[in-house]
Amino acid sequence: MPGKTYVQTRINGEPVDFLAEPRQSLLECLRDVIGLTGSKEGCNDGNCGACTVEMDGRIVTSCLVLGVEAEGSDITTIEGIAEGSELHPVQQAFLENAALQCGICTPGFIVATKALLDHNPDPTEHEIRFWLANNLCRCTGYDKIVRAVQDAASRMQEASA
Amino acid sequence: MHWIDFTSPHSVREAVELLNDANGSARVLAGGTDLLVQLRGGRFDDVNLVVDGKNIPELNEITYDPEGGLTLGAAVPCYRIYGNAAISRAYPGLIDSASLIGGTQIQGRASFGGNLCNSTPSGDSIPAMIAHSAVANIEGPDGHRHVAVEDFCTGPGSNVLGRGEMLVSISFPAPTSGFGANYMRFIPRNEMDIAVAGAGTSVVLDGDTIKSARVALAAVAPTPLYVSAIGDAIAGKPANDDTLAEAGQMAKDAATPITDMRGTIEYRKHLCDVLTRRSLQIAIDRAKENA
Ligand SMILES: Cc1cc2nc3c(=O)[nH]c(=O)nc-3n(C[C@H](O)[C@H](O)[C@H](O)COP(=O)(O)OP(=O)(O)OC[C@H]3O[C@@H](n4cnc5c(N)ncnc54)[C@H](O)[C@@H]3O)c2cc1C
Ligand code: FES
Ligand code: FES
Repeated sequence: MPGKTYVQTRINGEPVDFLAEPRQSLLECLRDVIGLTGSKEGCNDGNCGACTVEMDGRIVTSCLVLGVEAEGSDITTIEGIAEGSELHPVQQAFLENAALQCGICTPGFIVATKALLDHNPDPTEHEIRFWLANNLCRCTGYDKIVRAVQDAASRMQEASA
Repeated sequence: MHWIDFTSPHSVREAVELLNDANGSARVLAGGTDLLVQLRGGRFDDVNLVVDGKNIPELNEITYDPEGGLTLGAAVPCYRIYGNAAISRAYPGLIDSASLIGGTQIQGRASFGGNLCNSTPSGDSIPAMIAHSAVANIEGPDGHRHVAVEDFCTGPGSNVLGRGEMLVSISFPAPTSGFGANYMRFIPRNEMDIAVAGAGTSVVLDGDTIKSARVALAAVAPTPLYVSAIGDAIAGKPANDDTLAEAGQMAKDAATPITDMRGTIEYRKHLCDVLTRRSLQIAIDRAKENA
């Protein structure tokens, strides 16, 4: 049985190297090896989106990526969304619109929402709901999440105007 | 998950050698959206080597030219398919499928090659590929061979790939003028579900007459089902409701679905009729725009 693999990545803008067993998911590596526990495990089979991270410019469910596949890639997790102690407008909008209750889905929603607004600054409600279809929430009923995304979109547009 | 080894070859040759040496205990990894779930679920307990296909150039390429057609690398994820302007113009059925597999995150990883090699009857890209006359380009220890996509799957979860063989790419002929295609499925939700039934269709129109047509169905037989008889029957007929009704009825008759938690035999057969008619209508509308 061969040992662990040495993996070199950039996570939240910093170089991060880690040792992974080939069978470990990127989510396990983030949480258990690197200690970034913001990404959550809901289902471990790609359905709930709680483990969403951005990898080389695309959002993915990190439970369906092997840690060893991350070699050479650039990853953003929920820990990389705020700028220092300043919350990102998406985070602020989720807080102020009460778009979370238990909060386990929230990191995934925020990473996915930021990616949406980065490439589509003014999405329709339809576009928001389809983009976020891979993120499940058992608490809020989604409506407050959609309002928060709309609010974040207008905050970000105002800020860049 | 049990222990696995991981390797990331840079050429098809190398990958084929690894697969051949492993003799069934290795699996190719594309987006992993089926494979990782299955490895965790115990379906592949005999597998101890994962061979990543994503560093092999041929598996990652999209090449298109208006004469020669399209070649889609087996590991190209859905978002690159619907993000490609040439494909969206010339291969609309592929865009329909790529945009409804999973959600945004799954589309960031899931490939048509993985969908085809996973070989479930409900694979949403497969009927669209059949409608677009796709051919699977396979490489193995004895060289390459080409298999029409409608002949690729041999049963639920099984296909024609033999020892040491892998899918390299999928080729699509260049569509002629008057060509249109579509894929649609029925699910009880708006997204993120497995097809109860699906229909992939294409037509070539000459004015208001159907010159040729192809219809394939999802989730209503042990494999994705190409119903070649429909194309034979409606070629030469006017593109109108009567012709579509005939096609729908033939789809219903050809389907051999099972009853499960997603739907009954009767319901699925009915869906084949409805989906075939609706899908052909969209293919016809698109063909007219393309005349
Ligand atoms: C949340 C979720 C939602 C989903 N929704 C849908 C849906 O709506 N419609 C749908 O059809 N599917 C859906 N799927 C299933 C899956 O995403 C698709 O089947 C996808 O296309 C698989 O592609 P992949 O690149 O991830 O394949 P992988 O998981 O990498 O591979 C799939 C299988 O094919 C084999 N394989 C892959 N590439 C090759 C190759 N080049 N040569 C030989 N063998 C190969 C692998 O060994 C494996 O057995 C969903 C999955 C999840 C987790
Ligand atoms: S934990 Fe990854 S999608 Fe649910
Ligand atoms: S806030 Fe509890 S699951 Fe979304």
